[in-house]
Amino acid sequence: MGLIEIRWHGRGGQGVVTASELFAEASMLEGNYIQAFPEFGPERMGAPIKAFTRISEAPITIHSHVYTPDIVVVLDPTLLGQVNVTEGLSDDGIILVNYSKDLESLKKILKFKGKVYALDATKLALEKIGRPVANTSCAGALVKITGLVGIDNFLAATVEKFKEKLPEKAVLANKEAIMAAYNGVEQ
Amino acid sequence: MSEKTWKEVPMGGLILEAGNAAEYLTGDWRTERPIFHEDKCKQCLFCWICCPDTSMIIKDKKVIGIDYDYCKGCGICMEVCPFDAIEMVQEGGDE
Amino acid sequence: MAKPMAISGNFAAAYSTKQINPHIVAAYPITPQTLMMEKFSEYVANGEVDTELICVESEHSAMSACIGAAAAGGRVITSTAANGLALMFEVVYIAASLRLPMTMCVMNRALSGPINIHCDHSDAMGVRDSGWIQVFNENAQEVYDTMFQACRIGEHKDIKLPVMVNFDGFITSHKVERVDVLDDDVVQDYIGKFEPMYPLLDVDNPLTYGPLDLFDYYFEHKRQQVDAMQKALPIIEKEMKAYGKVSGREYGIMESYHLDDADYVIICMSSTAGTTKFVVDRMRAQGKKVGLLKLRLFRPFPAKQIAEQLAGVKRIAVLDRSESFGAFGGPLFTEVRNALYDVNDKPGITGYVYGLGGRDISADQIEGVFNKLISAPDKMIGDIQYLGVRGD
Repeated sequence: MGLIEIRWHGRGGQGVVTASELFAEASMLEGNYIQAFPEFGPERMGAPIKAFTRISEAPITIHSHVYTPDIVVVLDPTLLGQVNVTEGLSDDGIILVNYSKDLESLKKILKFKGKVYALDATKLALEKIGRPVANTSCAGALVKITGLVGIDNFLAATVEKFKEKLPEKAVLANKEAIMAAYNGVEQ
Repeated sequence: MSEKTWKEVPMGGLILEAGNAAEYLTGDWRTERPIFHEDKCKQCLFCWICCPDTSMIIKDKKVIGIDYDYCKGCGICMEVCPFDAIEMVQEGGDE
Repeated sequence: MAKPMAISGNFAAAYSTKQINPHIVAAYPITPQTLMMEKFSEYVANGEVDTELICVESEHSAMSACIGAAAAGGRVITSTAANGLALMFEVVYIAASLRLPMTMCVMNRALSGPINIHCDHSDAMGVRDSGWIQVFNENAQEVYDTMFQACRIGEHKDIKLPVMVNFDGFITSHKVERVDVLDDDVVQDYIGKFEPMYPLLDVDNPLTYGPLDLFDYYFEHKRQQVDAMQKALPIIEKEMKAYGKVSGREYGIMESYHLDDADYVIICMSSTAGTTKFVVDRMRAQGKKVGLLKLRLFRPFPAKQIAEQLAGVKRIAVLDRSESFGAFGGPLFTEVRNALYDVNDKPGITGYVYGLGGRDISADQIEGVFNKLISAPDKMIGDIQYLGVRGD
């Protein structure tokens, strides 16, 4: 595996940074080098924000922003008209969107020639977690789509990250959401 | 002024000997010199209490003279003495 | 061996501070440093360290408390950034002048104004003449490792100077990276027991710190500081090698990256050096003879070593992440150019100021600098250019 760059889109408060870190931490469990960082700026609930993940088998030296991501994940479908989510994404890239309607309409909106995946992650999160936080579901789906990380390691990283911050029930709910997304994402 | 080089002085301006201010004799600041007249002294020790440079020499609880190494000649001892036992004279004569 | 951790530069600084277990930490919060002290205060609250954490009311007080604690005979760590460092400016000089070893993390951030919380090196460059040893770090791993080296270097009997561990605000302080950590006992064995030279708390040997020092001795004491800095250079090189044996990670005072046969070289510090390595790899794959000289140690400035490293190079670009208004180039440029004055067959040299206030520097921009070096005429004018600013 060479250097893989992932860009995460969402809004402040939706766990965008957490998702970027979670994916990185899971990859590190497999012996890889990682970076996870937000686009630093004023942190405002609801404002469009970006976060980035880099993973690589070799140490990562680049420290600039991510300009040409290999993968884009959009956690909030309402961003689609507002933010150019495919910026810098080449045609052999991948985009995953938290999106409730059919894939064809999503492709029409994105006008993107590469691989497009949709997952109704908000619905899934409401079912499993009881709150519309789509970050873990989307990351779980990305595990399946990309195969960059083993699902066992991803779940282990999730438990490690949340065990001190969330009650046990919430950690389990997140694990369930991840598994549902992992099994449910349309290939 | 001592002529020690940067290789000889303690680093950082530290002063490594406690109380070495005693090495600095302030007696040469004096323009007037107090003279102690033992015959007039009633040993009230006002001068000893008031001297800012602890320059009144005491032996067996009695004033016996003045430490000219440190006395700056301020004249306070003369001012406070109720018995005119201390007199100030100009420095610069030949004793 | 402990497992690698996915942590930010701030966390790495806090975790290494925990492993050092200093006697005193005194600090005041300022972005982007805050998370380090938040994390460290957790260790204190959990009883994981023996450190007395002094919560002060300003950075001036933080450094003053550190000076007092170091003079008393303690191992001391603090951290700050930007305006906080500016507020402690006066006492920063005093720490070095009193020859008190201590470590200060500086999460480099632009100095106002207008107010900006993002990365550049103007804060650290403002105190480059204060007498502190200054190390600039590329990533969280380097920060972690340098914290231990800083103890050994600053506390060395022939140095006795404070050490500033610099890293890029947000870029390194807030980015989560993989950090390979040492076991606590390995750290303790390496840094050793702290042996203060003149502790104020040694009541059997009373002494005075900070007396008035006028034209009779002040100059001699400054000359001693010059001597300490000169002696520090080879000791720092040695200590960094020794750390390589302990950790398997050796850094040196500078890092040469594909420099041996390079014709075109970029010199820079901190995270930008990492991005430059990425660019060098990319351009080497195209057969271009480019290289990087990453400077870690800025004070004492290793002028001779730099001149040696750059022998035979055709053209050089120096990247400064701070401006020195009215000067001929940024601080790094002026130092490097000065270092090359006595070199035969001087390379062409040009200076760039980039990234002020956190403006990102991309791999493409760095490649652009290399391409300009490659296509430049043999005799380059030592011009200063501004990389990434609109309007140039």
